[in-house]
Amino acid sequence: MIRAAVALAAALLAGFIAFPIAGLIFHQSPAAFVVALQAPSAQAALRLSLLTTLCSLALTVGLGTPLAYILARRVFPGRALVDALVDLPIVVPPAVAGLALLLAFGRAGTLGPALHALGINLSFTTAAVVLAQTFVASPFFVRAARSGFATVDQTLEAASATLGMGPLRTFALVTIPLAAPALTGGIVLCWARALGEFGATIMFAGNLSGVSQTLPLAVYLDLEGGDVAGATALSVVLIAVSLAVVAGIRSVERR
Amino acid sequence: MSLIIDVRKQLREHVLEVALEVPAGVTVVVGPSGAGKTTLLRLVAGLLRPDAGEIVLDGRTLTGPTTFVAPHLRNVGMVFQEYALFPHLSVAANVAFGLRARRISAPERTLRVASVLERLEIDQLARERTGELSGGQRQRVALARALVIEPETLLLDEPLSALDPQTRGRVRSELQAILRDVSVPTLFVTHDEADRAAFPGRVAVFEDGRVSGTVRT
Repeated sequence: MIRAAVALAAALLAGFIAFPIAGLIFHQSPAAFVVALQAPSAQAALRLSLLTTLCSLALTVGLGTPLAYILARRVFPGRALVDALVDLPIVVPPAVAGLALLLAFGRAGTLGPALHALGINLSFTTAAVVLAQTFVASPFFVRAARSGFATVDQTLEAASATLGMGPLRTFALVTIPLAAPALTGGIVLCWARALGEFGATIMFAGNLSGVSQTLPLAVYLDLEGGDVAGATALSVVLIAVSLAVVAGIRSVERR
Repeated sequence: MSLIIDVRKQLREHVLEVALEVPAGVTVVVGPSGAGKTTLLRLVAGLLRPDAGEIVLDGRTLTGPTTFVAPHLRNVGMVFQEYALFPHLSVAANVAFGLRARRISAPERTLRVASVLERLEIDQLARERTGELSGGQRQRVALARALVIEPETLLLDEPLSALDPQTRGRVRSELQAILRDVSVPTLFVTHDEADRAAFPGRVAVFEDGRVSGTVRT
């Protein structure tokens, strides 16, 4: 009796997740899917999403790797605070993140006049999309990299030093390869989160085709405009990416 | 050739004081665990800074009141207690690591690695990953990796303690044979009296955190 109830509960939740996703995938014929994807607005959204997520990923890896290393290895005043701050965007609602970015870097924001004087206008540009994605997605990389670096045996780095490798080469030849599984996992999660970013982007970057209209925003706009086929096709692309990410992370974890 | 160590370092429970002159050849330093044996070697390798004192190798001050040579610029061969082999590299790549650091060309690297692997009779292991090796094999790889860079001093941190008792005796006599040919100042730290007996001659003993001895041949 209990066993049956447990099985039923499990089946209900699994079905609840599977049913809408399957419905989305099988909503239209493959031919209609291809046609919808060839629409100029869909193409623009695909291109923009690819471009902006690659930029935000590069920004996150470039700046997040030193941060993760310092958090994993150094003891300094305020470390716990920085550690918590880095994780914060994971739990902050994206719309709130977008508002915060707007108030900080927007035209009327704190740094707005200073940036304007330099000829830089961030809000409602492609750069704003990249910043919004970096804000919400970077914690996924930094968290993974931090725990990856923490697990690297420091005796191996000491051995590398005694063998004549300077700190940078030791980092490149010993630390990075040994932390590689964690770094890869972090990169994949970060990229997936950036790709799905919606709330912060629409607040801070708007929804302008070719400028700030990424895939999730295009889905929203297509649906608003009554183009269900377009919204569905783009959604299937996003779901395919998500499935690949989940499968990829599972296979890395199993190793 | 000589290594002069004259340093003080505050450890958790006591002050480590070392006053040693190490000539060419093996000097065994015996002491209980926690005495500061590993610390002593890390000080010589430049992985730690002393509170006071100096370390001079062949007339070159490595550590002193105003000098501190970074570990990667010291040319010290160190065999770590658990060997610290790079798990992501093959045996040959582990041994070649210090030659890569010195930007030695690939062909010369290959030759020198092959030669040291042969000398230590582990040439058949060249392509293996280090994770698959036995304790005795790991120790030889660590030794080959330290020797191939032609270090000016060799530091061995309990090189036999990670082995099981059955293999320890055999590996000890093999190590004796290898170290007989080593002509640089070599510090062999151990807590094992059997090691001390196996390498007769120069011995320094930790007493209350203090090691001293002007050991001359």
